[in-house]
Amino acid sequence: MSGDKSDFFDKPANIRLMLRVFYGICALLVALDFVVHRHTEFRWEGLPAFYPLYGFVGCVLLVVVAKWMRKFLMRPEDYYDRVELVESDSQRGRGDV
Amino acid sequence: MFEVAPFIPFFVAAAIALFVRGWPRALLMVAVPVLGLANLWLLGPGSFGAYSVLDFDLLLFRADRLSLLFGYLFHIAALIAIVYSLHLRDTMQQVASLLYAGSALGAVFAGDLLTLFIFWELLALTSVMLVWARRTGRAYLAGLRYFTLQILSGLLLLGGIIFYAQAHSSLEFGNIGLEDGAQGSMGQWMIFLAFGIKCAFPFFHNWLTDAYPESTPTGTVFLSAFTTKVAVYALARAYPGTELLVYIGATMACFPIFYAVIENDLRRVLAYSLINQLGFMVVGIGIGTSLAINGAVAHAFNDVIFKGLLFMSMGAVLQMTGRINGSELGGLYKTMPKTTVLCIIGAASISAFPLFSGFVSKSMIMSAAIKNGYDWVWLILLFASAGVFHHAGIKIPYFAFFAHDSGIRAQEPPTNMLVAMSIAAALCLAVGIYPQALYSLLPFEMAYSPYDLTHVLTQLQLLFFSALAFVWLNLRRLYPPELPSVNLDVEWLYRRLLPTAARNFVAGVFRLDERARRGALRIIERLLTAMTSHYKPDGIMARSWLTGSMVAGVVLVLGVYLLLGFSR
Repeated sequence: MSGDKSDFFDKPANIRLMLRVFYGICALLVALDFVVHRHTEFRWEGLPAFYPLYGFVGCVLLVVVAKWMRKFLMRPEDYYDRVELVESDSQRGRGDV
Repeated sequence: MFEVAPFIPFFVAAAIALFVRGWPRALLMVAVPVLGLANLWLLGPGSFGAYSVLDFDLLLFRADRLSLLFGYLFHIAALIAIVYSLHLRDTMQQVASLLYAGSALGAVFAGDLLTLFIFWELLALTSVMLVWARRTGRAYLAGLRYFTLQILSGLLLLGGIIFYAQAHSSLEFGNIGLEDGAQGSMGQWMIFLAFGIKCAFPFFHNWLTDAYPESTPTGTVFLSAFTTKVAVYALARAYPGTELLVYIGATMACFPIFYAVIENDLRRVLAYSLINQLGFMVVGIGIGTSLAINGAVAHAFNDVIFKGLLFMSMGAVLQMTGRINGSELGGLYKTMPKTTVLCIIGAASISAFPLFSGFVSKSMIMSAAIKNGYDWVWLILLFASAGVFHHAGIKIPYFAFFAHDSGIRAQEPPTNMLVAMSIAAALCLAVGIYPQALYSLLPFEMAYSPYDLTHVLTQLQLLFFSALAFVWLNLRRLYPPELPSVNLDVEWLYRRLLPTAARNFVAGVFRLDERARRGALRIIERLLTAMTSHYKPDGIMARSWLTGSMVAGVVLVLGVYLLLGFSR
């Protein structure tokens, strides 16, 4: 089962191939935008490549903001445990974690 | 005809399950949702079980198209989750899960608010057992916090019912709404808030992200199916078209995805993602047109299945590896290929890929939003859709099964787990490919087709470019790595700020008390030393006086008497 060397995603060549196919599909989807006439309901929707741009920019923003949030939201893994578990253990007199 | 309310088979089976073991119990547990579904199908729309308490007419079973769909859904969800947990040898967990599923059915078919309240509390009582069943210190505490908030929701509901009943002299569980400005609006708001807590509205959402990931691998699957969906049903029943819900829903769809990106515990990622999906449903209910309500209900149906599938696949990972943090996992596809594929089907469904179930229901809510002029809400939902794909669609499978090889070589989970996941995956695909089957069960008649060229193309564009963003960020090493950490959320208020403040207050009182005591002691001490100093060997009272000075003293006293005598 676990042939460590022979697994598909361990080979860089396979990854490269997959990425190339993926980029190809992305390009094709944008190209289709100019061929297919989309019916639109929203004023920005008609812009060429609105959805691809919105998806890409939205996700990059999401990740950038989330990374920035780590600066003030992130705490060590035992942030709550080291207070709460110690208290409850001393109350209940056993220490299963 | 002999009619049986849908919750009764579950409660009876739970009682029997206490006394039987092994394969009879397994058979019983699988049979209950199957027979229950058949029973519900035969019952169809209608009502029975009227009884009265204190002049109030109560109704145990009232079914229309809305409650029936949730009824079918809960039977299916119960069946899947029961099959998933067949390997368990844990009476408490199995009995609690049957009671929990039964309570959800009782709540959905409750015809009046008091019956709803009873099952509302039973939901809290039975579900907390599934959290405690993990039997760790963390689960115990998370369960306590979970239970506290659920009970708070129940108390608000009860209070709201009392106010509402006074104002309307009726307990019927129908459209309540918030508009009625006259007397009784207090009750309406209280009920709204009670539903809101159970629906994980912003600021009340942390019970979900706190307790669900601490439950057992199987318990979380049950939890994810029932509590929040009962709340969605209750909102759809009582508050359709309440505009406030649109904005609450948009917030719910948006903010959890940021947390999901930086969260390490993969089941907690799914918990945040669950709130995000609830957001879509709440928006749909808030818009309130028949298309929007249909969309919300259909999305609830699909969400239970695909979110259940994702929780099951992560439960399988936890069960087989003992780990669930993204920072410790990776490369599992090598030895768990079936779980990997099933997880990817769930991920594709939640991301709303065409031909998967999320696509056919989410689009209804989106198009209802834009048809009713909620442009900004639509843009937010579109962003949330892209974000869902990012954190649930890609992150979950990627960090668990691919990414860097963690070296863990875990086997596939037991057959019953794989079977349960396969049923869910098959449903995801079936609904995605042939949505008409689900559409025909929705509360309102409608002619809607999700598969037109524009819709498929735009959705694919959105998703592929979200994926492109992931690939690009990863290749540029800009993607935030999975770190062992805790991220602060609203829960910080009651898990850190309040306890610390209380502790500091108590400590302050003690310190003040101690200082006061010490001060008093010091004064007494000083007084004593001052007193004793006169009686010490050199003290003024202990000194041996000279005869001469004594005579001088007597002369002085006599002199004073003399003076007093003259002055007379």
